[in-house]
Amino acid sequence: MSLALTAQELAMAAGAQGEGAAMAMRLVCDSARLLGAQSLVPIASAHIDGALYHGDSGTYFAERLRDLGAEASVRATLNVGAIDLTGCSGNRLPEHERAMAKRLMRAYLAIGCEPTWTCSPYQAGHRPQLGTDVAWGESNAVVFCNSVLGARTNRYGDYLDIACAIAGRAPRTGLHLSENRMARFVFDLSGLPRAIFADESFWPVLGSLYGRRAGSEIGVIEGVPAHPGEDALKAFGAAAASTGGVGLFHMAGITPEAPDTASILELGATERMTVTAADVAEQKTRLATVAGASRIDAVAIGSPHLSLEECRRLAALIAGRKVCVPFYACTGRHVLKDLETSGLRAALEACGITIVADTCVVVTPIMAELAGGVMMTNSGKFAQYAPGNTGYGVLFGSMAECVESAIAARPVFAGALHG
Amino acid sequence: MAEGWIRADGLKQALRADVMIDGPAASAPGLALTAPISFWGGVDPKTGRIADVRHPQHGASIAGTVLMLPGTIGSSSASAVLLELIHKGLAPAAIVMHEADAILLLGALVAREMGWPHPAAFRLDASHYPSLDGKLLHAA
Repeated sequence: MSLALTAQELAMAAGAQGEGAAMAMRLVCDSARLLGAQSLVPIASAHIDGALYHGDSGTYFAERLRDLGAEASVRATLNVGAIDLTGCSGNRLPEHERAMAKRLMRAYLAIGCEPTWTCSPYQAGHRPQLGTDVAWGESNAVVFCNSVLGARTNRYGDYLDIACAIAGRAPRTGLHLSENRMARFVFDLSGLPRAIFADESFWPVLGSLYGRRAGSEIGVIEGVPAHPGEDALKAFGAAAASTGGVGLFHMAGITPEAPDTASILELGATERMTVTAADVAEQKTRLATVAGASRIDAVAIGSPHLSLEECRRLAALIAGRKVCVPFYACTGRHVLKDLETSGLRAALEACGITIVADTCVVVTPIMAELAGGVMMTNSGKFAQYAPGNTGYGVLFGSMAECVESAIAARPVFAGALHG
Repeated sequence: MAEGWIRADGLKQALRADVMIDGPAASAPGLALTAPISFWGGVDPKTGRIADVRHPQHGASIAGTVLMLPGTIGSSSASAVLLELIHKGLAPAAIVMHEADAILLLGALVAREMGWPHPAAFRLDASHYPSLDGKLLHAA
């Protein structure tokens, strides 16, 4: 059971398309062998998470690929970097790190990746078709791609994503294979009150709960009364992938591979997890690490990056008032363009909001260093990672609660889940 | 997969282990982690120390050890942290895993492509780890 390569793949690994392509193909083949794959699968596109600076070695790797003439052979969008290249926001990276982070971002562009710099590439026009094989990185993008679009990707880690993009191939294993995409349990929401589904903060909370229960198993969610909208599925998936190793979920009647439960549930699977309103309320409490805080020091939203629709909602909720604490709205440059032409950027900034593009407050030091600081967010993913990455304690609330709290500089809760 | 072995100093009998990634023979103290770890966020790439405060071996240095991992928590940036440790000279002398983690080990594969000295990686059943912890180990 060894890895079988086509003549073309062998030629690429031997350098027929240059040394850069050869290096990428060797990395894809070595990974395929470690994973026990027996062949490679051609991919239609890639989303690259490797351009976020973690240390100088990543910069040297990307520059080596560039210097060896490597080029992405398929469409490759870029996830966030460590620097906001649009200049909307600044950060506190020391000089050396800033320079190396910029070099890293430039090297990926030179390899032919698109300067999308977003963790919501699927809302920036990168939407592979149902059933297509792709190689995507960034946990929330992977979940959305697999679950909502029905394209097929494993969770590609740093450096394998770009290697796949250059080689145009990925190890044929895991979620690329139909038999590995079936659900092994039912996540039953039929006992929840109907009104809860209309509460926007329900979705990230439910995602966190699902991720905790699912671990890295695939489940099918049953009992969602109507399509909740893409932003809700985005929030759900991102939260699920931050509390569990979730790469794919199905939602009966909503996501493309699950017209109903029976058609996607593995034969003989009997496990059924029933979710109650109390479970949801309990999970919401868990998302806060400093429950009972009497003040807030910052608000951060936009993990995953805000859509234009979410930015419009933010503007409507603020309604021209001024926020009294730093308020970071993270989005991609695909939205920024529209924010600028519509005058929304100026309107939001006039209210005291800082737009953050190309990056986000949890992956690079944008927020002030503040011992014992309290951050409020409507993102399940921010709630999960902010304490470890920023040092801030976290409060969780809906976008409306985040806005009212930022105006009052203290937590203001009014949500249906909370009361 | 090629066959390798791991032997505790002073003992004649060596344990057979699959070689997942070839590398130099190592003679170094064994460090058996008692809980799975996420390299990203769990190991400080600047020091090689375990940074996850919830990990039972928080504060221990993995640099220069024969590191035995009962499991890894799948952060997709684990490879970046291992590559950075290798580049800084803070990597383990050898990595022993219960099962292959392609994301973590990609860090060593990239180091090999970069021409940087990198640790070998072996597959060995986790049931052996407790008896190897803290001993001088020879792995090849």
